[in-house]
Amino acid sequence: MPSTPDMPAEGNSAAYDGAFGSVLLDPGRATPQGLTGPCGKSANKRFNVYRNNVTHSLVTALTEIFPTVAQILGKENFRMIARDFVRAHPPRSPLVFEYGQDFARFLAGCAPISHLKYLPDVARLERAWLDAYHAADHAPLDADDLGALPPEALATAVFTPHPAARFISSAYAIHTIFTAHREGPMPERINAGLAQAVLVTRPALTVQVRKIDHGQFLFIEALSRGAPLQQAVGLSLEAVPEFDLQAAIALTIESGAFAGCRSSNDIDEKD
Amino acid sequence: MSTKTALTAAYIAGTVAAALSAGTLATTTAAQAQEKEKCYGVSMAGKNDCAAGPGTTCAGTSKVDYQGNAWTYVDSGTCTTMELPGDRMGSLEPLDRDLPS
Amino acid sequence: MTRKFAIQSANQNRFPAFHPAGRAGASFKPQHFDAIKAEPTSVGFLEIHAENYMGAGGPPHAVLSEIRTLLPVSLHGVCMSIGGLDPIDPEHLSRFANLVERYEPFKVSEHLAWSTHDDVFFNDLLPLPYTDETLKRVCEHIDQVQEAIGRPMLLENPSTYVLFSESSWNETDFLREIVKRTGCGLLLDINNVFVSATNHGFSATEYLAEFPLEHVGEVHLAGHDEQEDDEGAPLLIDSHDRPVADPVWSLYETVIEQCGPIDTLVEWDSDVPDWPILRSEAIAAERILDRHRGRQQNVKRHALHS
Repeated sequence: MPSTPDMPAEGNSAAYDGAFGSVLLDPGRATPQGLTGPCGKSANKRFNVYRNNVTHSLVTALTEIFPTVAQILGKENFRMIARDFVRAHPPRSPLVFEYGQDFARFLAGCAPISHLKYLPDVARLERAWLDAYHAADHAPLDADDLGALPPEALATAVFTPHPAARFISSAYAIHTIFTAHREGPMPERINAGLAQAVLVTRPALTVQVRKIDHGQFLFIEALSRGAPLQQAVGLSLEAVPEFDLQAAIALTIESGAFAGCRSSNDIDEKD
Repeated sequence: MSTKTALTAAYIAGTVAAALSAGTLATTTAAQAQEKEKCYGVSMAGKNDCAAGPGTTCAGTSKVDYQGNAWTYVDSGTCTTMELPGDRMGSLEPLDRDLPS
Repeated sequence: MTRKFAIQSANQNRFPAFHPAGRAGASFKPQHFDAIKAEPTSVGFLEIHAENYMGAGGPPHAVLSEIRTLLPVSLHGVCMSIGGLDPIDPEHLSRFANLVERYEPFKVSEHLAWSTHDDVFFNDLLPLPYTDETLKRVCEHIDQVQEAIGRPMLLENPSTYVLFSESSWNETDFLREIVKRTGCGLLLDINNVFVSATNHGFSATEYLAEFPLEHVGEVHLAGHDEQEDDEGAPLLIDSHDRPVADPVWSLYETVIEQCGPIDTLVEWDSDVPDWPILRSEAIAAERILDRHRGRQQNVKRHALHS
């Protein structure tokens, strides 16, 4: 027996939003009492307009935010999963472009698509793309900024992440999948089992998505955490002996992953 | 770690200098004028607006969910085959195999 | 008690101070940017949804800055939740005020509706009962918004699908009282009037006769969808996905005939067409405005903020 939230009596309107709110995303519950059509006509179908507006608009937003996931699943399948996500995780921010931060995790726990193991990381990448799109504008670190540091200060230099920079490491070929779906061309087969790391940046107005190697991922991740350059190099070399520092420095400049750098006295410079 | 010559401050300073002096280092400013025009006309993803949805007969009232038989391979999704290691394919096609009939 | 607002200082205007007088405009969609830039005078103004420009940076702000140098822009908020019982979200209000300061819109508006409850955002314009208590709450929220933006706002009449049996005010009286208490202006959405009138079986013409037209600072027009309610009676949906319907054009002409030219927006938010189609809707509104320019009007409208 579906429960029916009561509309409050006059003088205590304290619950019309609560009565609506508890029912809008739950099709198992009846239309709140106290709602009518004209001349006391039924309000069921009328109330459903609101249920549909809420669900439809949020599902559509997810379709726009995760177009590659939607394309991989097919439109109807995606909308079904997205609808369940909306019910389980309605937005907490009124800004629609911020919606879906939990979507990747939701997909990971979604049994019928558990064999599409790459899908959650593709969703993470799509969410990162939109975060980068709306992030604060900032001039990226350029060669002159880095060149201005005295050579003896470079080892202990620390870097400020660019507001738009995001990086994701995946056991799957998320860069290949993402670029094939968003930019084409679509190959006939993709080896999704290939591990790839991706760096997302927006040095000016265009969001850039590049594949980086594991050493570069560790390097950028360490620098973004505030590790001094020498320590970041050490971590990367330890994990990836063939790590190429010169190429990694060029990458940090060309991608716009950082907003600035400064010398730091926090680290013991003697070596 | 400090025994590795690769990690000396001098090595780092030298490598950074080499990276910065390499004529190949592309700066991001060059492409900015062009990219400006390119990005301006792009529709936004995830918009706020005040349009109502498609009326009374859609997703908002539906109780069926993908855990049951309602989940079917209803449309094609991507045409590309995604291969994953092991005997399972990483694409959508085999999906209906998993469902109770 | 009409609240007085300090005239906005002209000290640091970064954009041209356009003063459109009774012009027709259109919803701004970034995909129309190139077409609008090629021929900016083809519409009187553009309107944006505030929330889409509340990110920290990126293309939305770059595009809006450029658009703002070409044309007057009005700022239309869609989720302040003025009609909710929860307090206004101070963070959201501050973002809204920042946009007003940054882009110097010639009109600022929001809805008589709610969209957030207990921190859950429903992304729809939900209805409220019209009672003494909600009146008080709405007025407090409008005071807060106007305080934050330092100028009066326009409040838009909603399109609704249900009625509340506890409502003790009719909508036009409710709106009139809000204007009286807060000093805000009104945004008259004539499609919303037609949609609600059809859905609730009242006369749109009578509603407009009772509407405080003298406080209208902007008019909205949009297309709607037609469905049926439980009894098979017509139920209109405020879908913003097609051209403005003929009966809405007729009501519009009646209003402009009475009031004289009022800045008028044609909204189109879903299945957005190519620019020439949206522009042609705005041009149709402009023709009606032109027909009634410079004629003696029956309704003396209050000078609303420029």
